Amino acid sequence: MAAPVLRWGCPGTCRAIAWVYGVPRRRRGAWTGSTSSWIRGQSSLAQEPLHTSRKPRKGEHKWAAVVGLEIHAQISSNSKLFSGSQVCFAAPPNSLVSFFDASLPGTLPVLNRRCVEAAVMTGLALNCHINKKSLFDRKHYFYADLPAGYQITQQRLPIAVNGSLTYGICVGKRRSQVTTRTVRVKQIQLEQDSGKSLHDDLRSQTLVDLNRAGIGLLELVLEPDLSCGEEAATAVRELQLILQALGTSQANMAEGQLRVDANVSVHHPGEPLGVRTEVKNLNSIRFLAKAIDYEIQRQIKELENGGEILNETTLTTARFMPEPNLPPLLLYDTTSLPAGADSQQVINVDQIRERLPELPSVTRERLIQQYGMLPEHSFTLLNEVGLLEFFQNVIKETRAEPKKVTSWVLNTFLGYLKLQNLAVRERPRQQHVELVFEELWKNEGKTPAQIVSEKKLELMQDQEALEQLCRSVMQGHPEVVMDVKKGNPRAINRLIGLVRKATLGRADPAVIKAILEKQLSCHDSSCPPA
Amino acid sequence: MLGWTLREVSAALKQGQITPIELCQKCLSLIKKTKFLNAYITVTEEVALKQAEESEKRYKNGQSLGDLDGIPVAVKDNFSTSGIETTCASNMLKGYVPPYNATVVQKLLDQGALLMGKTNLDEFAMGSGSTDGVFGPVKNPWSYSKQFREKRKQKPRGEKEDSNWLITGGSSGGSAAAVSAFTCFAALGSDTGGSTRNPAAHCGLVGVKPSYGLVSRHGLIPLVNSMDVPGILTRYVDDAAIVLGILAGHDPKDSTTVQDPVKPFVLPNLTDVSKLCIGIPKEYLVPELSSEVRSLWSKAADLFESEGAKVIDVSLPHTSYSIVCYHVLCTSEVASNMARFDGLEYGHRCDIDVSTEAMYAATRREGFNDVVRGRILSGNFFLLKENYENYFIKAQKVRRLIANDFVNVFNSGVDVLLTPTTLSEAVPYLEFIKEDNRTRSAQDDIFTQAVNMAGLPAVSIPVALSKHGLPIGLQFIGRAFCDQQLLTIAKWFEKQVQFPVIQLQELLNDCSSI
Repeated sequence: MAAPVLRWGCPGTCRAIAWVYGVPRRRRGAWTGSTSSWIRGQSSLAQEPLHTSRKPRKGEHKWAAVVGLEIHAQISSNSKLFSGSQVCFAAPPNSLVSFFDASLPGTLPVLNRRCVEAAVMTGLALNCHINKKSLFDRKHYFYADLPAGYQITQQRLPIAVNGSLTYGICVGKRRSQVTTRTVRVKQIQLEQDSGKSLHDDLRSQTLVDLNRAGIGLLELVLEPDLSCGEEAATAVRELQLILQALGTSQANMAEGQLRVDANVSVHHPGEPLGVRTEVKNLNSIRFLAKAIDYEIQRQIKELENGGEILNETTLTTARFMPEPNLPPLLLYDTTSLPAGADSQQVINVDQIRERLPELPSVTRERLIQQYGMLPEHSFTLLNEVGLLEFFQNVIKETRAEPKKVTSWVLNTFLGYLKLQNLAVRERPRQQHVELVFEELWKNEGKTPAQIVSEKKLELMQDQEALEQLCRSVMQGHPEVVMDVKKGNPRAINRLIGLVRKATLGRADPAVIKAILEKQLSCHDSSCPPA
Repeated sequence: MLGWTLREVSAALKQGQITPIELCQKCLSLIKKTKFLNAYITVTEEVALKQAEESEKRYKNGQSLGDLDGIPVAVKDNFSTSGIETTCASNMLKGYVPPYNATVVQKLLDQGALLMGKTNLDEFAMGSGSTDGVFGPVKNPWSYSKQFREKRKQKPRGEKEDSNWLITGGSSGGSAAAVSAFTCFAALGSDTGGSTRNPAAHCGLVGVKPSYGLVSRHGLIPLVNSMDVPGILTRYVDDAAIVLGILAGHDPKDSTTVQDPVKPFVLPNLTDVSKLCIGIPKEYLVPELSSEVRSLWSKAADLFESEGAKVIDVSLPHTSYSIVCYHVLCTSEVASNMARFDGLEYGHRCDIDVSTEAMYAATRREGFNDVVRGRILSGNFFLLKENYENYFIKAQKVRRLIANDFVNVFNSGVDVLLTPTTLSEAVPYLEFIKEDNRTRSAQDDIFTQAVNMAGLPAVSIPVALSKHGLPIGLQFIGRAFCDQQLLTIAKWFEKQVQFPVIQLQELLNDCSSI
C-alpha cells in the first residue's frame, strides 16, 4: 500500500478533508454538500509544511483530520457562580474565598443570576436552542484544587444546545478572499471553575489558591467540524469577538479567561474516525493552531510508521450525580412567563434577546454596506483589538473618504504597528494620528513625516531639553516637590502632568518620570539644584 | 417547672417567677447530673449563661423576643455553630469549629433561645441507635425511669443493675435524651430516614420531620441532601409547633426552600375530628411488628373512628422497595457529600505526606468509621458509569413510584396516615449491637424512611408505655406542606392519649449509684 499522506496541496493552502460522522455538513457560502469534500484554508503552519507539500500520487491514501473543541470561557461577573465571593484577576491568594468556595460542610450553592443571563445571551448569539429547563450535576474527582471533591456542571441537560458558530476564513491563492464556514455548537453548559495548584518542587509541596474556585464558566462544546489548526484558531477568534461584544466573558486567553482543549483525530476518508487525543490548556490562539497542526502531523507520522494512537484521557472516568441542592433551572419567554412573577426571580429569554448587542458579523456587514469595504477588510478591522474603534474615530474626526481611510488604516497604519511590533492601543497619540491623516487628506503631496515635523507632532526625543523642562517645572512648583519628598506617591504624577503639558503632550511619560526621579533623588542627597 | 410546656415557661419568665439565668442554671446542673447519658458532645455552659444574661436584660426591660426568649435548647452536633466545635461524632471533624451558624441555629438564637450544647449522634448521622459515634453510645433516660425500673424488679435477680440500659434510637439520640432528661425544652435533630422520629418514639417525645423545603438545611452537615430535613424534638406538640413556626420559611442560602411566605404556626384546639379521613397503610402491617405496637396502633385507629373520623385501609404498594431504594440513593449521596473531607481545608489530617493521594487515603481511613467508609464504598460503586443506569437511575425511578403512592392516597381524600413509628419499644444496648449498623438501619427505618423519599411532613407522638414501662410512639404522615394540619391532628391525639411524664426523680436525686 502506498504511504498515505496528509496533502498540503500547495504552499500556503491547508487542505484537509472535512468529515463529520457521515452527517452532511452545512456550510454557508462556497461549500455545500456531501459527506466529504475538499475545503481550502490557510493553516498557520502552511508556510512551513510539517509533513510534505508534494502532490499525492494516484491511488495514494489521503488523511483527513477531525478537530473538535471544548472551550471554557470565564463568565464576566462580579461574583462567583454559586457564592457571593468577588471575582478578580490576580488578587492575593485565597483572598476571594467564601465558606462555600472552601467547601465548608453544610454550605449550599446559590445560583448567580448574572451567570445564567450570560449563558442565555451567549447561547442566543450562537443560534442555540435555549433549554427552558436545565439541570445541574456533580462531576466527581479528587484533586487538591477542587475542594468539594466534585465540580457542579450541567452534564444531563445543559442550558443551551444545537447552535452554530460562523467564522470567516481567507482563501484563494493570495488569501485575498474571505469565505464563511460554520461549526456546530453542541452545547453550552454552566459550570464551576476549579482553584489553582501551585507546585513547589524545591520544597516538594503544593500550595492551593482557591480564588478561582467557583467562578462561573461557560463550557462550549464544538462538534468536530474543523479540520485544521487554522480553522480552529479562526473559529475561536470569532467566538472571542462574540463573547467580548456580548460582555459575557473578557475572553482573554493570556489571563485564562478563555481556555481551549482540542480533540484531534485523523483517518482515511470513508473509513471510521480515528482514535482521538486531547490537546489541552492552549493559552493563545497562535499556539492553538500550531499545537493542533502538530498533533495532526504527529498522528499521521505515528500511523504511517505502523504505530497506534493512544487516548490517555479515557483511562479515568468521572462519576456523575444530579446536584441535589439546586432545583431545575427554569427559564421563561414572554408567553410562558407566569402571571405576576417577580421579575427579579425569573429570567425572560425574550427580554435578553431584545437586549443583545450588535454581533461581530453584523458589524462587519455594516462596515461593508456603510463604507463599501471589502469583506476581508472588515475582518481585519475587527480582529485587531481596538482597530475598529480607531478606524471609526479617524472617520469621525477627519470626515475623509472611507475607502482611503480603510486603505490607510489597514495598510500604512497597521503596517507601521506590525513593523514596530505594537498593538493598536500602544499606537502614538490618537489625535496626532488623526491630525496627520487630516493633513494628508487636504494637502496631497506632503509626506506624513513632513506633516509631523511641520506640526511639531513628533515625540520629543531631546533628552537635554526634557531635563531642562523638568528642572524648571520642579523649580516652579516647590510645593509639589515637597509633597513628593513627604512620601505622597501621587505627587510625582502631578509633576509628570505638568511637564507633559509643557511639551504639548509630545513627551513619553515614562521618560519624564525617569528624569524626575533622578532629579528628585539628587535633591534627596542634598545636591544643589542645577 | 422543667416539665412545663414552652408557653407555660415563657409565661413564668415574663411574670418573673423564674429568670432566664435561673432556668439556664437548672438545666446546666441537670446536664451535669445526667452526664452519664452521653447526650451532649459539647456543653456550651459559658455561651448559654451569657445568652441567659442578655435574655434577662430583655425581660427586665419588657423587650422579650417571643416564646423562645430565655428557653434552653440543644442542637444536634451536625448543625454548624459559629465558634462552637461541630464534630458529627466523627474523628474527621474533631476540633472543627465552623465560622458560621446554620440558618436554623441562627433563627433560634435570634429568638433569644439559650444554646445548652451540641448533642451526640451516630457518626455523620448514619445509624438508628445513636451507638455508632466516636464519643460512644447515648443512653436512654427511660432506662433509669421509675416506670421502667419498677417493671424490671420483677425480673430474676443476678442481672447487673446497669448492664441492660436501653438505646435511644437514632441518629438524633443525643437530642432525644437531652429533652427527655429535662436538660432543655426543645432540641434540633435531623431526619433523613427517620433519625428524629425514631429516637422520639423510643424516648417518649414528640418528633417532627417537616416537609422537605419548609425548613432551611443551610449549615446542616448533609447525609442525603435530597432527603435531609432539620427535625424538632419536644415534649409536647404545641412546643414543636412553636419551634417549627420559627424555623420554617424561605432561606436565600438554601435554594430548595419554598419561596412562598410561611404563615405563623398556631395550632387550633381541634374538638371535632368527624370530618377527617385517616388512612391506615396495609403494607405497614409487617410480621416483625411487635404485638404491643400493633395493638396500640389499632387502638389509635379505633379512637379516631369512635370520635367520628373516617378510618380507611389504604395501600402504598411500593413500600417494600423503599429500603433497598433508600440504600442506593443514600450511599450514592453519601459518597458524593463525603468527598470534601480530604484533610486539606479543615478537619482531620493524617501525618503522611509522601503524596497528596496517600494523604487523602490515610486521612479518610483515620477520619471515618467503618459505617461511613462502607457507605462511601457502596455509593461510589453505584455511581460508576457502568452501574449508574442499573442502580442509581432505577432507584430514582422507584423513589418516584414511592412518592406517587402517597400522592395517590392523599388524592383519594385521606387527610393523614396513621402508622407505627418503630417496630417495638427501645431495646437494650447489648441486644442492639448484636446486629450490624446496616441491618439495624434497614429494620428500624421501615416505617419512617419512605416519608423522606416523598418529602412529606410526619410526626411521631408518644402514645403509651409498654408492659416493660417503655414509651411507644405512633406516626402521622401528612400532605406535603400541610405541616400545620398534621400537627393540629397530632395535638388532638396527644390530648386523648395522655402519655405519662417520665419519672426520673430517683435518678436525679441519686446519681452517684450510676
